[in-house]
Amino acid sequence: MIHVAPSPHLSNTAQTTRRMMIDVLIGLAPVVGVAVYVFKMYAVIQLATCVVSCLAAEALFTRMRGNKMTLCDFSAAVTGVILALSLPGTAPWYVGVIAAFVAIGIAKAIFGGIGMNLFNPAMVGRAFVMIAFASALGASGYMDAGSAVDAITQATPLTAFKQGGITTPLSALFWGTTNGSLGETSAIACLIGGLYLCLRRTASWEIPTGVIAATVVLGGIGNLVCPGAQWTVLHHLLGGALLFGAFFIATDPVSSPLTPKGKFIFGAGTGAIIMLLRVFSGYPEGVMFAVLLMNAVTPLINRWTIPRPLGGK
Amino acid sequence: MGFKFKGFGGGGSFAHGVHPPERKNFSGDAAIEVVPPPGKVMLPLLQNVGAPSVEAVKPKTVVAVGEMVAKGSAFVSAPIHTPIAGKVMKTGMTTLANGRHVKAMPIKADGEQLTGQALWNDVFGGEWPRDDLDQYDGKQIVDAIQGAGIVGLGGAAFPTHVKYVPNDEKPIDTVLINGCECEPYLTADYRVMLEAPDPVITGTLLLGKVTGAREMIIGIEDNKPEAIEVLTRAAAGTGIRIAVLKTKYPQGSEKQLIVAATGREVPLGGLPLDVGVAVSNVGTVAAVARAVLRGKPLTHRVITVTGAGIRNPKNLLAPIGITMGELIDYCGGLTPDAARMVAGGPMMGFAFSDMNAPVTKGTSGITILTHDDLKREEETNCVRCGRCVDVCPMNLVPTKIALASRYKDAELAQQYNIMACFECGSCAYICPANLPLVQLIRTGKAVVIAAGKK
Repeated sequence: MIHVAPSPHLSNTAQTTRRMMIDVLIGLAPVVGVAVYVFKMYAVIQLATCVVSCLAAEALFTRMRGNKMTLCDFSAAVTGVILALSLPGTAPWYVGVIAAFVAIGIAKAIFGGIGMNLFNPAMVGRAFVMIAFASALGASGYMDAGSAVDAITQATPLTAFKQGGITTPLSALFWGTTNGSLGETSAIACLIGGLYLCLRRTASWEIPTGVIAATVVLGGIGNLVCPGAQWTVLHHLLGGALLFGAFFIATDPVSSPLTPKGKFIFGAGTGAIIMLLRVFSGYPEGVMFAVLLMNAVTPLINRWTIPRPLGGK
Repeated sequence: MGFKFKGFGGGGSFAHGVHPPERKNFSGDAAIEVVPPPGKVMLPLLQNVGAPSVEAVKPKTVVAVGEMVAKGSAFVSAPIHTPIAGKVMKTGMTTLANGRHVKAMPIKADGEQLTGQALWNDVFGGEWPRDDLDQYDGKQIVDAIQGAGIVGLGGAAFPTHVKYVPNDEKPIDTVLINGCECEPYLTADYRVMLEAPDPVITGTLLLGKVTGAREMIIGIEDNKPEAIEVLTRAAAGTGIRIAVLKTKYPQGSEKQLIVAATGREVPLGGLPLDVGVAVSNVGTVAAVARAVLRGKPLTHRVITVTGAGIRNPKNLLAPIGITMGELIDYCGGLTPDAARMVAGGPMMGFAFSDMNAPVTKGTSGITILTHDDLKREEETNCVRCGRCVDVCPMNLVPTKIALASRYKDAELAQQYNIMACFECGSCAYICPANLPLVQLIRTGKAVVIAAGKK
């Protein structure tokens, strides 16, 4: 059989949408590992709930829309894992289920499925439950778990500092032996997984670089303004969901800009909003809102950063 | 690389690009073989960019090898010469490998043909003296090029004489010869550089003379060390410099080559002339040397027949107008798993299905791909990963252009500089969603042109 088709006649078969999603799952592995190590069954249950719910929601909504089944591209599984890692382990099961259905149904399916959504699905799902179940996800959600596990009976480092002025040691933030959402506690796990994604070019390095640059600059200014501050730039970087967000959430290709310059602007904007919210808002943490806000600006960034073609002005 | 060129304006490469598998091993070591003259050739009357040629002889005329049978109909046009002795038949229609339906003049072999070693000697062999090139003045050289019907043999088939007409407003200071051959599989230019370095050097000197250029550069990718060595030796003492360039696709594209070798950027929508450069392929300059020194027209060219789908991959010196099928048969025919026949290389070549499609001046190769080479994943939605942006050698945003094309949004496509795309296929090669980006951009260009005409 001789085929006729337009050029190019070769393609790089090592790179597919599915391979990218598998890469993200591989990149998330160290984070998942630390989450399970620190939070034990809470992490396992939350991950299982979110992943299963996301897959179920994906199957349901693609069928309702009459689209081709897209479970095999693993994008719903990625959303599930990221969503679970962004929730406190102690959040009740129905929170994860509802967040998953909002993520896939509202944020993804109604826009047309994979590649068509404006906002990061996992963050939309999380934003919904954060408002709907404020007590399960607010600062108190992390504190009154009543668990035997030490780590989760305390406030998160950011809340502890904001409300009690207690500074968590950098080493605890780095290794992840603190309280917080499942995926955010360990800076080292986020760095390892994130670097893997950047090296594979599945995540664009410009985005985390932008986030970190903005954090360092704004945190640095903050430290200069009040020199005695206990919460330094390094605390900002290693604490909370900053690195998890920078490497795994903001780097969602679909809802971030296309060009390297646009990606850096997107990252820097995300970092700036995170700092703004952390310092001035009532919330201890701002990653989710920062990412969602910058998602909204992405189409504009794309228009602002049309690259100069070779030989163009 | 020991040869890395010092003192160049360019950095030896261009921004972005891709690294498809080179696969030059199929035919790289195969010395050029001379194809026996066929019983008939079909000479398409459109073999160059620009105006088609028109018949210069009547049917039933008996013509000798190298006789002109069609003349150029405009300045940007080229005459056509018969590669075989024979009788001219009535002009008919033929379908080129790129799908264009054009007029073609059949010539039936009759009389004594130039074959084998004699043909080789006539085209590439023998002496190529460079000591007395001063005897030719510029006009003589340009006239010889025009008279010989030489067009760019790299594949674009732009009439060569047009590039070298003296132009006082935009003087050419650099003659850049393209020996990159960045398309995977193809080895025709590589073999010409190895086996016929002298006509390449002599032709380059002639073009240097016409233009009065200060610099003559031959750009070769660093995956062809033997060609670099051979040409460096052949160029000794001539002032021609060999630029060793990074192996990367599409290094052989005119604008990318100019950036790599000189550091200059051809303005958007402009020509190499705008930055004082003229670019010609190595096969083309060898034809220039032949036309000027020996008064012989362009009747034959070197073609690579290669790929896992052909039994005996070869490099051939073939008459223009022979059919693709005859060359494939000469190489032992297709293997059972052959899946796609491509005129040219796999990145920019045209897939064809008609074995009767004739070889034209622009046919650089025939690549036969198998089912294994073609296995493509299913198309998914664009996930906006931006990999196409990372590889586009023109620094465009292919996905935006392609999606604008899909929705027939001419204005948005133009905002993203759709017309700057030269369809190298790097974006479609890399796309994880397997989107037919080049095809979409091609239709988008048609939409833009139609919108402009309204």
